Amino acid sequence: MSSTLGSSIGKKLLMSLSGLFLIMFLVVHLTVNSFLLIPDGGEFFNAGAHFMATTPAIRLIEPLLAIGFLVHILWGVKLTIENRRARGNARYASGKKTTGVTWASQNMLVLGITVGAFLVLHIAQFWVKMKLTGDPLLDHTTISIGGVETEVENAYALVNTTFSYLWIVVVYVIGAIGLAIHLSHGFWSAFQTIGFSNEIWRKRLTVLGNIFAWLMGLGFSLIAVLQYFFYQG
Amino acid sequence: MENTINIKLKVWRQAGPKAKGRFETFELKNISTDSSFLEMLDILNEQLINKGEEPVAFDHDCREGICGMCSLYINGRPHGPDDDVTTCQLHMRKFKDGQTITIEPWRSAGFPVIKDLIVDRGAFDKIIAAGGYVSVNTGGVPDANALPIPKPNADEAMDAASCIGCGACVAACKNGSAMLFVSAKVSQLALLPQGKVEGARRAKNMVAKMDELGFGNCTNTGACEVECPKGISLANIARLNREFLSAKAQD
Ligand code: HEM
Ligand code: SF4
Ligand code: FES
Repeated sequence: MSSTLGSSIGKKLLMSLSGLFLIMFLVVHLTVNSFLLIPDGGEFFNAGAHFMATTPAIRLIEPLLAIGFLVHILWGVKLTIENRRARGNARYASGKKTTGVTWASQNMLVLGITVGAFLVLHIAQFWVKMKLTGDPLLDHTTISIGGVETEVENAYALVNTTFSYLWIVVVYVIGAIGLAIHLSHGFWSAFQTIGFSNEIWRKRLTVLGNIFAWLMGLGFSLIAVLQYFFYQG
Repeated sequence: MENTINIKLKVWRQAGPKAKGRFETFELKNISTDSSFLEMLDILNEQLINKGEEPVAFDHDCREGICGMCSLYINGRPHGPDDDVTTCQLHMRKFKDGQTITIEPWRSAGFPVIKDLIVDRGAFDKIIAAGGYVSVNTGGVPDANALPIPKPNADEAMDAASCIGCGACVAACKNGSAMLFVSAKVSQLALLPQGKVEGARRAKNMVAKMDELGFGNCTNTGACEVECPKGISLANIARLNREFLSAKAQD
């Protein structure tokens, strides 16, 4: 087993599986975020956040998510370092004129670091406040979940206030676009890595991957932008 | 009517593996646009020899695109500006009068320079050797239809088998990865009944040797496929991943 994961293809397998796992997480995350756009003063979003915070199965997934990120980041850096060594120090004086190679595919680490930097801010702004330090904005509010009056944290107030700052919205849009470009290569690449691709599926996966990537990127961006412009006050 | 061009060459010169290399420039006059790139280099070397200077060392053999011996990174691309050809098949009509042509060796840690434009591609031979033997049943000649092979499989195997081991894929790769080459060598046998018995072992050993020799990890950029003179497809890399991972899963 160690020789499998230690091999070049094995290391790529870890990148691919962790990447696909993070992709599934993104789908759930964007779905919950889309509740922010329901104009009900945040009731539905708070119910969603409450569900995410209290359901045992989801709390179990949280550490798994942290591991997924850690594996993806550590191996991503490791692979990139190894690949630079394999390439060697000598550069081509006449440059690289190979056509048809996407920019994203050549800059996955830079794009990943963009997403990672955003992630640090994101975790500090929400996860830390909701799980560790607390925040006055999170003061409990009562909503009705399926007819039952329930007291929940006012996550909506925290998100809404955070998105009232222009610089935060700008950083979110940059992070989301970085993610979209990362996934415009990452999506199909993950399937290629596990061997699920051929002449026909490659075309399908690249089209699907681009649609998915920009759905995620524009989805996350749009929610932040709309919150800033139309959901304040 | 014969057209001729005058060109300026910027050629990588390096006395030996450890020596420090540098570019040297040469002017060539009246080069026929009908000549091949290697013939142009022959003309250069003849002039150098007549002047009592050291000729430029470069690899070549068949000069018809089948042996994989010629290499050269020309004006930013392996095998030069034309698509789907080797350097020996590249014609001088692809260049303009007065153009400067930069010629460099393959650059990758797995392919160290031996002299001038010649690099050591022995690593590819070691990977092939690691693949081991293929069992073929002996005895009488089998009937033509005794071993049916679906036409699409036969075609894909033949396409994979057209890899000539030139190393352009490695030269083009930002990761110094040899995956396109290895995937072609595994695919040409993976699709056929011959050599099925050794299939799992072959995939594991060739990948292990490729890693051991320090080639990089493929990130699916696809530069290799664009620069491969034989149009070897990235689909072969997906197949190699499948073959390798399922071989490991069986252990
Ligand atoms: C939600 C966040 C992220 C998602 C959904 C994601 C997804 C993916 C996917 C699917 C791949 C393709 C894997 C493959 O080729 O088999 C990939 C590759 C990569 N990711 Fe991420 N990623 C994320 C964040 C990051 C971060 C924070 C980094 C930080 C360093 C990073 C670095 C990389 C690198 C370097 C690669 C290329 C590795 C390779 O192809 O060998 N990613 N990512
Ligand atoms: S895969 Fe193509 S570029 Fe690579 S060695 Fe074979 S023929 Fe040359
Ligand atoms: S010399 Fe044989 S392929 Fe070019």
